[in-house]
Amino acid sequence: MTAPAIAFSHVTKRYGAQTALGDVSLAVEPGECLALIGHNGAGKTTLMKLSLGLIRPSKGEVRVLGVDPAEARARELGRVIGFLPESITFHDAMTGREALAFYARLKSEPVSRNEELLDRVGLTAAADKRVKTYSKGMRQRLGLAQALLGRPRLLLLDEPTTGLDPVFRHSFYDLLHEFTARGTTVLLSSHALTELAARTDRVAIVNGGRLVAHGSLAELSRAARLAARVRISVPAGQAARVATVIEVGTKLARVNDRSVELVCPLEEKLALLRRIESVAALIDDIEIASPGLDEVFAHFTGIEGRA
Amino acid sequence: MKQVLIIAGKEIRDGLRNRWVIAATLLLGGLSLSLTFLGSAPVGTVGVDRLAVAVVGLSSLTIYLVPLIALMLSYDAIAGEMERGTMLLLLTYPVQRSQVVLGKFLGHGAILAFAAIVGYGAAGLALISSSDAESWEAFASMTLSSVLLGCAFLALGYLVSALVRERATAAGIAVVLWLAFVLLYDLALLGALVADKGRHIGTALFSALLLANPTDAYRLFNLAGFPKVSQFAGLAGLSGEAHVPRGVLVAILSLWVLLPLAAAAALFRRREL
Repeated sequence: MTAPAIAFSHVTKRYGAQTALGDVSLAVEPGECLALIGHNGAGKTTLMKLSLGLIRPSKGEVRVLGVDPAEARARELGRVIGFLPESITFHDAMTGREALAFYARLKSEPVSRNEELLDRVGLTAAADKRVKTYSKGMRQRLGLAQALLGRPRLLLLDEPTTGLDPVFRHSFYDLLHEFTARGTTVLLSSHALTELAARTDRVAIVNGGRLVAHGSLAELSRAARLAARVRISVPAGQAARVATVIEVGTKLARVNDRSVELVCPLEEKLALLRRIESVAALIDDIEIASPGLDEVFAHFTGIEGRA
Repeated sequence: MKQVLIIAGKEIRDGLRNRWVIAATLLLGGLSLSLTFLGSAPVGTVGVDRLAVAVVGLSSLTIYLVPLIALMLSYDAIAGEMERGTMLLLLTYPVQRSQVVLGKFLGHGAILAFAAIVGYGAAGLALISSSDAESWEAFASMTLSSVLLGCAFLALGYLVSALVRERATAAGIAVVLWLAFVLLYDLALLGALVADKGRHIGTALFSALLLANPTDAYRLFNLAGFPKVSQFAGLAGLSGEAHVPRGVLVAILSLWVLLPLAAAAALFRRREL
């Protein structure tokens, strides 16, 4: 087995009295796409900055591609890492093309390849306009282009999809997939939970500076003992009758004239379905919603909040 | 070294684009031309070396103006880029922090050198026929030492910029530095001399105190360095009293460049983002 691309062991980062990150241990395997999710100020950006060596841990050890990123000689890591900061800014006086050329030169990459990158992020037409005139989404796309310079082995993307329109959001994930298919490791943070679910291998949930859970979505849903939501449509007037039959052992969420909604623990789901079958004649339709990343996230961050 | 040049190149291009280069050149050129022509009017042209007079006028101008331009170029360099967020991205590239400081210094230094050489050179050219070799040497060394003085204040500006978190604070401190070095220091020294009446402050201490300020070192270098110039500068007495070899003055100015620059790089290296 190869060494992890990013390895945190018992990392704590304090700013004065405030603990931004507390005792975090996490490993991102090569070629993996890991999503970091958490509220604002949960420690996602701190985790990224530690991985980039911009700040040093107060305690614990960070290794990126096998070396300590905060060491001076590890600056060479910059050649194989692409980073997209949250709310990226550029030097306003430059045009998009110039800004990308500047960063390519710093990475010792041929500037001639920039055209292709600009095209991939849809900025060819705006490349000769000053960055000052760019919209938030265009800035973000230029930021993505600079992160992808030189086919990095590791991509760190802090809130990469904020400000992107839905169309480009889609091609962003395609682009990302292209890189992970070639073996690039991706660590990204996001608020857009629903779109992450289908696109990432694993999620890590941070809350209040602690890593509260990580694993695949299915693993996390099981661990959280989450409930499914069941909605049954009935002909007018039958709702009350259906409800009394099926509500045994479950929680009735809402009843109105034409529908019954219940919340049911995943392990109770089959028992519930059997009870529903016994009144099948009275039912028009049934919908079952399994818990998504939103629920998983709410579960793990909620527990931490109460503790 | 390549990274340093890339950053320096970017600073120069920024300077050209936001018109810093043209503004500084026009300012120095315009003032030096008007000083040489208007300034020589009362003396007339008979029997007076106009270039030597120009050296006196221009070096007095430089003491006020060049440090100001240098500080305005440099105070923003680190604190401003941190505040805007561009530094965060830059430092994830394969660049050492000292290379960032050095690159900016080279870029800004080139802008200053261009403005001084072209701006003062214009005045020199206008007087091309009127002077002898000694005056030319004085003029050339005045121009070059002006660049050196500018570099010292660039370095001080980076030091301020590396020291504080916000660019507004950096701007405030830069203004205070300018006032202190250019105006208040000499006033305080003068006041001390008057109050002391020669009891404690001897010639040696006085020279040392003068040399501790880069603008005074610059003044001594230019106004007392050439007999022909000091004759117009009214510093003939001073140069006799506090005679310091010109090499020492250049070394002092160079120290004022190197020490703050090294300190700025060291502070910046230790800083967390």
